[in-house]
Amino acid sequence: MTSSDTVRPAAVTARGWGWRHAGRTQPAVHGLDLDIQPGERVLLLGPSGAGKSTLLHALAGVLGDSDAGAHHGDTADAEDSDEAGALLIDGAPPRAQRGRAGLMQQDPETQVVLSRLGDDVAFGAENLSVPRVDIWKRVGEALDDVGLAHLPLDHPTSALSGGQKQRLALAGILAMRPGLLLLDEPTANLDPAGVLEVRDAVGRCLDKTGATLVVVEHRVGVWKDLVDRIVVLQPGSATDSAVLLDGAPDQVLAQARDMLVAAGVWVPGYVPATRTRSGAAAPAGVTGSGVSGSGVPGSGNLLLAAEALAVSRERPRRRRFKAVPPVPVQSGITAQVRAGRALTITGPNGSGKSTFALTIAGLLQPVAGKVSATVDLSDGAGIDPYKWKAEQLISRIGTVFQEPEHQFVTGRVLDELMFGPRHLGHGEERVDELLERLRLTKLVDANPYTLSGGEKRRLSVATVLAAHPRVLILDEPTFGQDANTWAELASFLSELLDAGTAVVSVTHDQEFSDVLGGTELKLGAPELNLAAREPGPRNPEVAAP
Amino acid sequence: MREALTLHANHALLTRANPLAKFGVVMLMTVVLALSIDWVSASVALAFELLLFPLAGLTVALLWQRGWPLIVAAALGGWSTSILAPDTGKILVDVGIWSISEGSLELGLGFLLRGLAIALPAVLLMSCTDPTDLADALAQKAKLPHRFVLGTLAAMRLVGLMAEEWQTIGMARRARGVGSHGTPAQRLRATLGQSFGLLVQAIRRASRLAVTMEARGFGGAQRTWARESTYSALDIWVVLGGLLIAAAAVSAAVGAGTWNMVFLEQQ
Repeated sequence: MTSSDTVRPAAVTARGWGWRHAGRTQPAVHGLDLDIQPGERVLLLGPSGAGKSTLLHALAGVLGDSDAGAHHGDTADAEDSDEAGALLIDGAPPRAQRGRAGLMQQDPETQVVLSRLGDDVAFGAENLSVPRVDIWKRVGEALDDVGLAHLPLDHPTSALSGGQKQRLALAGILAMRPGLLLLDEPTANLDPAGVLEVRDAVGRCLDKTGATLVVVEHRVGVWKDLVDRIVVLQPGSATDSAVLLDGAPDQVLAQARDMLVAAGVWVPGYVPATRTRSGAAAPAGVTGSGVSGSGVPGSGNLLLAAEALAVSRERPRRRRFKAVPPVPVQSGITAQVRAGRALTITGPNGSGKSTFALTIAGLLQPVAGKVSATVDLSDGAGIDPYKWKAEQLISRIGTVFQEPEHQFVTGRVLDELMFGPRHLGHGEERVDELLERLRLTKLVDANPYTLSGGEKRRLSVATVLAAHPRVLILDEPTFGQDANTWAELASFLSELLDAGTAVVSVTHDQEFSDVLGGTELKLGAPELNLAAREPGPRNPEVAAP
Repeated sequence: MREALTLHANHALLTRANPLAKFGVVMLMTVVLALSIDWVSASVALAFELLLFPLAGLTVALLWQRGWPLIVAAALGGWSTSILAPDTGKILVDVGIWSISEGSLELGLGFLLRGLAIALPAVLLMSCTDPTDLADALAQKAKLPHRFVLGTLAAMRLVGLMAEEWQTIGMARRARGVGSHGTPAQRLRATLGQSFGLLVQAIRRASRLAVTMEARGFGGAQRTWARESTYSALDIWVVLGGLLIAAAAVSAAVGAGTWNMVFLEQQ
């Protein structure tokens, strides 16, 4: 390494800094005073709306102009954004120092820029006008640092898993040799294995380069041992400082434990209190029959069954006038969904968990085998849920998608909730109860797209339940949720179970499935996995058609 | 869809040629073949193009998979020309208002062959050219603005992602009770709603991607290129090969007396 090649850790200074996004009346950050020494590792905590992401974006030099606020979901407004005070990296404004800070965001899909592994890592270094020979040296080193060096440089980035994509993003950042690493909820969209992959890669790189770290993350336990300082932000105002607490991790966690718990932060060693199922005596893992849960009549009745099911998201392809069925991601699945019982689907990435859930939900056509609804559930609509009309489906099987926004169909929270009942012609009276129960009453006139992450999740569950389905299917309902939303959701679902609804959830979250109880369906490793596995003898590209 | 944008394990000879040289040859073929409607020049060009398949790593099955709309269009064009063109020579088939004569069949065949001969080079180009390499060549050799070229390249990656997103949103909306059935008006409304959902997601993804790119220093006036776009001896052969095919097609047609410049006919 030449001297120009080594990383010079960056210092951060904020003096009375504030920022208001274009089109907003309230500032996102107000009166922030903060000093971060070169090489310090800081975990940034605080309730949503405290301006954590805004601060990271500002430090990355990407705040302002047309991009302002896009991350937060507000629409552009002619009104300009507003900056107050000073925010400096090494004494100079971030915008003037391209490449001094590197930013990783939450959504792995948008952290990848180019379609080949090596090109993507090189992208940042190219933009900083690094000479060609140095770029490839940096690319090799960066891939090695994040543990992706076993893949060929022309490996397609679309074939990477979520955790691998985030590590690739880290490599692309490292190749710029930034003195400041900014991570904005880098692991919120990842499964537990992916979370550790990314955390460990970040730790290794920091140990090697000594760069300064600022990370925003709800799950304190993941990052606690890696950082040496926790800063808790609060929504700033004229009277309060933007920094609520600042100190060593153990000290801050001890001081502010109650406050952090109240703010929904995942404090280590704390599992939020949830409602206990009335049939909780039933041990988890025992199959349906014989476990008497609640006293609800019909509880335990078979509603939906999958037999020797093979699933895929692809539709049959037409080749030489014949329909060729797609290659299933998983096959031979047999499962039963019973009233008042929970079914948890687990398994590694790519094992077809979500695909299976969507297939029994009547949204995807089985590749082989069958999904059949019992008379109890179908109520005259026929045996195959995939053939049901949309109105028939929603009053029988409700599906909550991982991304709430995918399911929003109107521009107002109340309309969103009334949508199902209006189509069905009944059930509007239930909406008030759902609003109350899921704390959405104050938001009835808001646009669903402008809600916070937790509010969107609660709304998406409420909208599906408004149609009163007897089977509720949820795809990773707790991904990226704060502890409060998590506890509310778990308690609410346990109530539904006791009231006789069948709940099927795809989840990596052990604590969540413990609350719901019931049966676990473990799907095995994928049969054909185009996503590269960790070091293996086969070139994954061989599988390409 | 996303896989269609990469080259997979195609290591054929022509994948190593500079995309700009290949692009130039495709343009040349298009212009030459557009000059005359005759079956001789088109079939000579087509024969050469078929010979090039192995060099581009293309198989007939892959050709059909990627280029079937063009092939179908060429076939339809040929068919309609043979039945609708003014009849000359012996009448071969006569079904009321439709008739195929020797003259109109020859014209239709010329149309079909010419359509294929013009479409194939484009399919050949795409099957042996990685979009990233094409972008490199356009920015470094053709000197197009790099912000525009790289922005387009990054957006193309999102297009594949959006195709998957479309399917997911469709399912998510069915799960809300919005079905793709009912009267045509209802279906149209459902499709519009789904398009709006996709648009929202596309804008979100695009703005996040823009933040990612900007945070990686994209947007400056200067940048270096990790992959140098270079010309090699192979590119001379590519251009010479293109000229040879064009010359062979024209001289064969002139020699056979079938060459007719479509634009000069009126004079």
